[in-house]
Amino acid sequence: MPRIDTALREIGALDSLAAQDTPVHRLDPRAKLIATMAFVVTAVSFPKREVAELMPLFLFPVALLAVGRVPFGLIGRYLLMASPFAVMVGIFNPLLDREVVAHWGGLAVTGGWLSFLSILLRFALTVGAALTLLACTGYVGVCAGMGRLGAPRALVTQFLLLYRYIFVLADEGARTVRAHALRSDSGRPATVRVWGSMAGHLLLRAHDRGLRVHSAMLARGFDGSIQPLRCLRWAWADTAFLVGSLAFFALVRFGHLSELLGRCALETLH
Amino acid sequence: MHMADALISPAVGGTMWVASAGLAAYSAHRLKKEMNDTKAPLMGVVGAFVFAAQMINFTIPGTGSSGHLGGGMILAILLGPYAAFLTMFSILAVQALFFADGGLLALGCNVFNLGFWPCFVVYPLLFKKMLGDKPSRGRLTFAAILAGVVSLQLGAFGVVLQTLFSGITELPFGTFVLLMQPIHLAIGIVEGAVTAALLAFVWKARPELVMPSVADPAARSASVRPVLVTFAVMALVTGGLFSWFASAHPDGLEWSMGKTSGKEELEAPADGVHEGLAGVQKKTAFMPDYGFKAAEEGPAAQSGEKTAESKDNVEPWPAVSAGTSLAGVVGGAIVLVLAGLIGLGLRFFGRPERVSG
Repeated sequence: MPRIDTALREIGALDSLAAQDTPVHRLDPRAKLIATMAFVVTAVSFPKREVAELMPLFLFPVALLAVGRVPFGLIGRYLLMASPFAVMVGIFNPLLDREVVAHWGGLAVTGGWLSFLSILLRFALTVGAALTLLACTGYVGVCAGMGRLGAPRALVTQFLLLYRYIFVLADEGARTVRAHALRSDSGRPATVRVWGSMAGHLLLRAHDRGLRVHSAMLARGFDGSIQPLRCLRWAWADTAFLVGSLAFFALVRFGHLSELLGRCALETLH
Repeated sequence: MHMADALISPAVGGTMWVASAGLAAYSAHRLKKEMNDTKAPLMGVVGAFVFAAQMINFTIPGTGSSGHLGGGMILAILLGPYAAFLTMFSILAVQALFFADGGLLALGCNVFNLGFWPCFVVYPLLFKKMLGDKPSRGRLTFAAILAGVVSLQLGAFGVVLQTLFSGITELPFGTFVLLMQPIHLAIGIVEGAVTAALLAFVWKARPELVMPSVADPAARSASVRPVLVTFAVMALVTGGLFSWFASAHPDGLEWSMGKTSGKEELEAPADGVHEGLAGVQKKTAFMPDYGFKAAEEGPAAQSGEKTAESKDNVEPWPAVSAGTSLAGVVGGAIVLVLAGLIGLGLRFFGRPERVSG
């Protein structure tokens, strides 16, 4: 995971992008949520050595990002920062699967390299889709969509409250770290014991603040769940978007688009 | 140790989502009575605390490196199993959405690995039992470390199993287990020590925060047996369903399509885009079956000449024929460029409609 304070700053960047008003942002969160989940399932449902047929799927996030006026660079930077776990586990594939499956020119291509490449593509597609969903819908929108799709009330409330408090406590945590840095001569991170008391103080302050905020919420009519600010309305555009997306995924999954296109291109070249 | 979308199959991801969503629904149901209470804001605050505490680094004793808190056990101890599970769910969702940690489909796996074990297994069956009715500081430390180790071992083993059942990586079971378990033994010890240090402080300052379950007889009587039974039944049903669906054919989706259409290989529907494309392809095709023949005569021949003497070139490959894969590679590259161009075009002209659908 990237450093938490830079990550939190990036959260602000993503959420401000989500506040835009474009055709993609105006779509119902439920439509985008369902389409994104279907996209992820499509991407991971390909056989493990598939590379070429995954490519058409890039159209979906790219089109959404373009119409939603989200900078491609931001999503790219996220992808680079993101969890190296997939890469670390996948890197063993070329070593373990040495079966030669194709020769391109003089180059023997093993199944392991294909499946490693496939893992990298899957990673870019799935993580890119999640970030696209967030940048085009916003965290609160995603939560509202989840709630309307049947997620338990308690869970949605927890999602929203967690998001509220993250920034408050991050500031508190940053102050704690600065205070420690100013008072310690070594510049090294705290020992586990010192960490315990620093984090403990943070927890106690957070706890008290939580109780205070809760009293304030009760005074304003909180009944255990947060009502969404904005009513969701399903429009024809949402149906069209969802049906179109699902049809596109099915076409990519079963239509062998890359191969058809490649054949056509080769024929024309010939 | 976040599971990633890139490493799982739809069957594994779907099964774990059903399991995690079921546990979340059950937890939410159990919490319904408490939500009006102070629990809701406390869950939000303690969840956010796990993020904030990650900002404070600490030195791992003996090494120069620094680590940060993971959080599953501390949540279970402070909030109780049900609230802790929902809180862990929300933390992992924020990590999946904002930090690109894991992924949307893998969220089910991650919630299960990092939430189910500490909240519903280790906390009630190990941590609480070890503390007993008269907890002391030594016991607290020991229990926290052991709980951290055990829950991370179980979680890491979950990652191994999910990865292997998905079959995307080539890592054999033994190697992967030997890779994952020792690493997570170390992480678990550190995590446990950190949790113990935090608990020791809170225990001194506000003992009632650490021991709500000991102080409150109602919470103590809360049994996890229904959870375990529900979960076991659910896992059996969905797991059975999914694995039957997935194992009957290596590619579950294609298999199900074949089943519903009554054909092994998918045939294009008589109308629509597919037929149109196939028609274009038929018209332009020199050779109907684009096997290695094309690779010999097509543009690949130029590069193929270098290895013309190698006999491999003339034989069809076991899995993918050279011609097909060449077409695939060319087509894939074209599509990628097209996708980029379409994106740039959409951005440039600001056209208000999607093209991909």
